Amino acid sequence: MGEVRTADPRLRVNLCGVDMDNPVIPASGTFGYGYEFAELYDINILGTFSFKGTTREPRFGNPTPRIAECPAGMINAVGLQNPGVERVIGEELPKLKEIFHKPVMANVSGFSVAEYAETCALLDREPQVGWLEVNISCPNVHGGGMSFGTDPAQAAAVTRAVKAVTTKPVILKLSPNVTDIAGMARACEEAGADGISLINTLQGMRIDLRTRKPVLANVMGGVSGPCVFPVALRMVWQVCRAVRIPVIGMGGITRAEDVLEMMMAGAAAVEVGAANLTDPLACRKIIEELPRVMDRYGIKNLAELKQ
Amino acid sequence: MRGKGAAQAMKQVLLRIEENVPLAREIWRMRLRGDVSGAERPGQFVNLKLEGCFLRRPISVFDREGDRLTLIYRTVGEGTRKMSSMKPGETIDCLTGLGNGYDLSRAGDHPLLLGGGVGVPPLYWLGKELRARGKEVSAVLGFNSREDVFAEEDFRNIGCQVTVTTADGSYGRKGFVTDALPEGTSYFYACGPEPMLRAVDRTAVTDGEFSLEERMGCGFGACMGCSCRTKDGYKRICREGPVLRKGEIQWEK
Repeated sequence: MGEVRTADPRLRVNLCGVDMDNPVIPASGTFGYGYEFAELYDINILGTFSFKGTTREPRFGNPTPRIAECPAGMINAVGLQNPGVERVIGEELPKLKEIFHKPVMANVSGFSVAEYAETCALLDREPQVGWLEVNISCPNVHGGGMSFGTDPAQAAAVTRAVKAVTTKPVILKLSPNVTDIAGMARACEEAGADGISLINTLQGMRIDLRTRKPVLANVMGGVSGPCVFPVALRMVWQVCRAVRIPVIGMGGITRAEDVLEMMMAGAAAVEVGAANLTDPLACRKIIEELPRVMDRYGIKNLAELKQ
Repeated sequence: MRGKGAAQAMKQVLLRIEENVPLAREIWRMRLRGDVSGAERPGQFVNLKLEGCFLRRPISVFDREGDRLTLIYRTVGEGTRKMSSMKPGETIDCLTGLGNGYDLSRAGDHPLLLGGGVGVPPLYWLGKELRARGKEVSAVLGFNSREDVFAEEDFRNIGCQVTVTTADGSYGRKGFVTDALPEGTSYFYACGPEPMLRAVDRTAVTDGEFSLEERMGCGFGACMGCSCRTKDGYKRICREGPVLRKGEIQWEK
């Protein structure tokens, strides 16, 4: 704990104009506000992290059980539990400042275009916030979240409204639960998005053989973990060929090799999600392993992977 | 709410299996050895990474002594069945020091332990600590049937007044733990299935605390998978729990 590390220059990347020591970003909803992980390692070694999805009002989220398991992955239906933007700014960010000294990524969700804009405008003013990641893809809330991420016109409307009231880079987080992911990305780019991140979770479910009922109280949830990696990689590849703005690749990354694959598909940076939950040291291990794995494949620095 | 969490620090350690044996129907005991210093208080749990399972498996701590940790678990699903097939000498990646643990300062002179089925194990270490503080400890351990009974002797050996109940009357007293509540106790500690905990909440005459169970994603507070509503706001069962005070819990439905 508290170790000071000299960042390896080979790992440096740039995300929407902001320099990062490395491309590894714990994904929203799998890292809280970082405190729990800071008990195990100095989280300042991360590129940055995306904090727990924030809405204008506090939310308890869905009833439990919220978690199910599947082969090589998990399904969650948390439903955006968060204390609301006011308390995030008043309580969480000041505490975070004590343990994390880099720009952080603010993840925002909402239930109307106006709500997205309002929450983003408030977080945009916080000096600690480096990027806004706008989640238009949560599969676990009704009447919001994913509905904005499955209709290009609505996705563009959210993007325009957020861009109009913010100054920091705005990254739209896309849902994989669509037929034309490239079209979604293009709609966001045309509306002024500075970046795209994908994929959020894939909709799925499990049934308990004993009770013959769905495991999750919400019936359906979002699948994440290594089982979704090939799907995520394919979508990142498609989006990187459809837009010019930077893309953050995520979905099932658990090791340095996965990071390199995502970056070879065109990602400027990566987010690591479910892996943090099963191995709280996952991101540190990935960052430590990257140079060695790069050597094995003759990669001098990560920047060269960007075509 | 976070203050309680700040005092605890989890550890990730590799522990070696010394013993893994069946005790009763679907009930196994595993003894582990290594750096178990993270497990600080009775009522805390560990989270085990098992080969072939993506998510870890949270298991309460039955006992900790020096560098040894004892777990008693029920083979309810794939993960715990896999766990029961593990052999002495193998190692397990283990997160220790999870959860808040019981509040021993509230015990009074005559605390009561109420355990139901696989809810019994965490009460043993608690009983041992309470006995070490000179408390007169009663324990009511409830099971479905004779072949489910375990740990009775362990509780007797540390000097607890033990009553065993079985739902079908095949061993001990017939009925549920709430049918055998002793009088004159000062405080209770209960762990078991939710219907039992609700019944205890309704019938117990003293103050007390409950340790709860929920499906967890991470077990250390990051995923919000196991949140519950309480009178003091939302709590994560893995972090601000698993032990919650009587009167604090808002039972669903």
